[in-house]
Amino acid sequence: MTEVLEILANANFWAAAIRIATPLVFGVLGALICERAGVLNLGIEGIFTAGAMAGWMAAWLGAGLWGGVLAAALTGAGFGLLHALLTVPLGLSQHVSGLGITLLATSAAYFAYRTALPDVSSPPRIEPFGALDIPVLSELPFLGPALFQHTALTWLALAMVALVWWVLARTPLGLAIRAVGDNPDAVDAQGLSVYGLRIGAVMAGSALMAVGGAFLTMAAFDAFFFGMVNGRGWICIALVIFASWRPWKALLGALLFGAFDAFQVRLQTELGGAVPGQIFLMAPYLLSIVALVLAARRADYPRALLTPWFKGQR
Amino acid sequence: MSQTTEGGTVPPRAGAGEVVLEMAGLTKRFGAMLANDRIDLTLRRGEVLALLGENGAGKTTLMNLLFGHYLPDAGQIRVADAAGALQPLPPGAPDAAIAAGIGMVHQHFTLAHNLTALDNILLGTEPLFALRRDRRAARARVRALMERSGLAVALETQVGRLSVGERQRVEILKALYRGARILILDEPTAVLTPQEADRLFETMSAMAADGLSVIFISHKLREVLAFSHRILVLRQGRNVGGMATAEADEAAIARLMVGEESPPPPAKREAPGAPLLVLDGVTLPGEGARAGLDGVSLTVRAHEIVGIAGVSGNGQAALAALLSGLAAPAAGTMSLAGREIRRFTPAGFLEAGVGRIPEDRHHDGVVGAMTLSENLVLEELDTPEVTSGGFLRRGAIRARARAAIADYDIRAPGPDVPVRLLSGGNIQKLILARVFGRSPQLILANQPTRGLDFGAAGAVVRRLLEARERGAGVVLISEDLDEILGLADRIAVLQGGRLAEARSRDRGAIGMMMVGQAA
Repeated sequence: MTEVLEILANANFWAAAIRIATPLVFGVLGALICERAGVLNLGIEGIFTAGAMAGWMAAWLGAGLWGGVLAAALTGAGFGLLHALLTVPLGLSQHVSGLGITLLATSAAYFAYRTALPDVSSPPRIEPFGALDIPVLSELPFLGPALFQHTALTWLALAMVALVWWVLARTPLGLAIRAVGDNPDAVDAQGLSVYGLRIGAVMAGSALMAVGGAFLTMAAFDAFFFGMVNGRGWICIALVIFASWRPWKALLGALLFGAFDAFQVRLQTELGGAVPGQIFLMAPYLLSIVALVLAARRADYPRALLTPWFKGQR
Repeated sequence: MSQTTEGGTVPPRAGAGEVVLEMAGLTKRFGAMLANDRIDLTLRRGEVLALLGENGAGKTTLMNLLFGHYLPDAGQIRVADAAGALQPLPPGAPDAAIAAGIGMVHQHFTLAHNLTALDNILLGTEPLFALRRDRRAARARVRALMERSGLAVALETQVGRLSVGERQRVEILKALYRGARILILDEPTAVLTPQEADRLFETMSAMAADGLSVIFISHKLREVLAFSHRILVLRQGRNVGGMATAEADEAAIARLMVGEESPPPPAKREAPGAPLLVLDGVTLPGEGARAGLDGVSLTVRAHEIVGIAGVSGNGQAALAALLSGLAAPAAGTMSLAGREIRRFTPAGFLEAGVGRIPEDRHHDGVVGAMTLSENLVLEELDTPEVTSGGFLRRGAIRARARAAIADYDIRAPGPDVPVRLLSGGNIQKLILARVFGRSPQLILANQPTRGLDFGAAGAVVRRLLEARERGAGVVLISEDLDEILGLADRIAVLQGGRLAEARSRDRGAIGMMMVGQAA
């Protein structure tokens, strides 16, 4: 028990939780936008990888850190466009296309890495995003290191939560996106383009996913490694359901998962030896499955999720 | 539901205003099916035009062409602009149709259930990339519109929580909010109670007097005669005639619609025989707002049709689930032909000779993506006529489908057409063929004629009477009291999950029972 309290009383734990949550926030928001428009995007795992690769590579080639973020977003939007073209106008299975995108984007990222750096054993490092110094707040005891010493990308993730919420809840565009995920016929009957809205939403969502990936190589670490995404995309797919497709609840879900993950790492070192380490590694996933089971029973899926819509057919 | 004409009649004004809409030679094919064949139509300002025809006659297709949901294969549409000059309407573009002042209320509403009524009305009316929405001003405009038109809805309620009648009003407001001068209503009364239907037509008549032009699709002669100025009849995709409503008579229109008259044969009535179905004190929990069954006892004998009257939601769904083997009673017993049922499975019930005509024929009755012949044999995949050695006997199945198409007058291009391309009436005929092909002993007919034109409804009635004559028992669940009075030998009323036998066949007395007051 004292070990638990010790962990919670350490500012490092809270900082780690937020750091782990940051890429998930981007990913959940991205998946949420896609699904609100009626398209499941299982390409997320691959898009994370491609975004991590593209952002880091662009920065290494001299585009600057923000240039890297932009490169990641564009890469994500590109894979999103491919997924959208396959699933929206062509109406192919969203599961199959999404998994295909994941395989394609992951392999493309590894291929680009090997092509650009054929002979290196360890990847070149970039100067990553540093912690953003906020006057006064960053200096506070405990709260400063726990909450206010994060990189610009973490603050961008928070801003994105607010932005996505505002767009979905308060703008005509958000209204149309929510409607197209519930009943595309309603959108078509009002003279709006079902295809346009869905393709746009999937591209925007995929761009956010890729920025989540870029956080890994440009803020959490400083280089690209194979297998570094490590299932974060899949967690986002589960968190969307936990969040019932609402941006602020998505933030909450990502933070909870981040806290679990940070907690288990620390508990592992505290209790090392007594319990196999794999149990700790499993814990966040087990807990998210439990949370999902509880949340999903009441889940109010967008009614048209997974249902292709074709112009001129009922 | 037959005395709704009082009070709402409109004086015919055919030929009054200038022409606002003109269709010339519209043609639309779906695969081998010719849904619309060179149809001409004109509509004038302030006119209420009724588009009449059987299911599958092409009425809905024609309106979907007008609204741009479908691309026509041939033909042209011209619509009057604000100055009154006829302009060609670009085909296949709903936004162009909306801009030209056409509003459409679909039979299956096009509303997003997760949005409020107001948001559904506003959808698509604001610039898409605005930073914020001025809902307050918009709400005031919609309020004013509701006052002017007499259509009232709770604007801040999610559409998923509104009643069907309210949803329809949202659809009409949506069209009016976008400045519709021509309003298309696709079978507007199919889902409404008689009172709601009357109110709707009174509102529409008042708005037509105000200059709105209305086209409404229907196959209910009564409302067409009461509320339209002019009638246009479609049959098998062709325009077979039009007339001013004032000069129309029922028999003439019916002949136009179906081609020839075929009155139902006088039914022979035999004395009821052995009990086929006995329910004794059956209790079944309800689902959400819908009542279950509460201590229901019922006996259905051979040569007997028992009508179950009542307002929907009072236990009909539970009774239907019980009789299909989809739900087991929490208390009480059920026996079929003298044998008590212990295992409630749909397959077991089929085996025991129960035939089911489900309430939602699209959803529970057929598999839309499968062909007509496949759907026809769905319930007997284990019989030697259908399978042999684990393989489907495709030739035999096709032959059977062809015979069913002929016997049951299913209007379809062939046995291999996917069922989702058929109209509701033809799907119902397919279900009839499937059910009656097995000569069931007990038939559950749940709202069997709802939404059907009288050709298809007549086929349902004829088959039910034949089954009774053959010695089957029929449980007829219907919200249409006239249908029950016309068909049933005995009548029971479901109210709040309780079933009570009606002592008289008096409409008033049964009506009182339906709303929960002892007659």
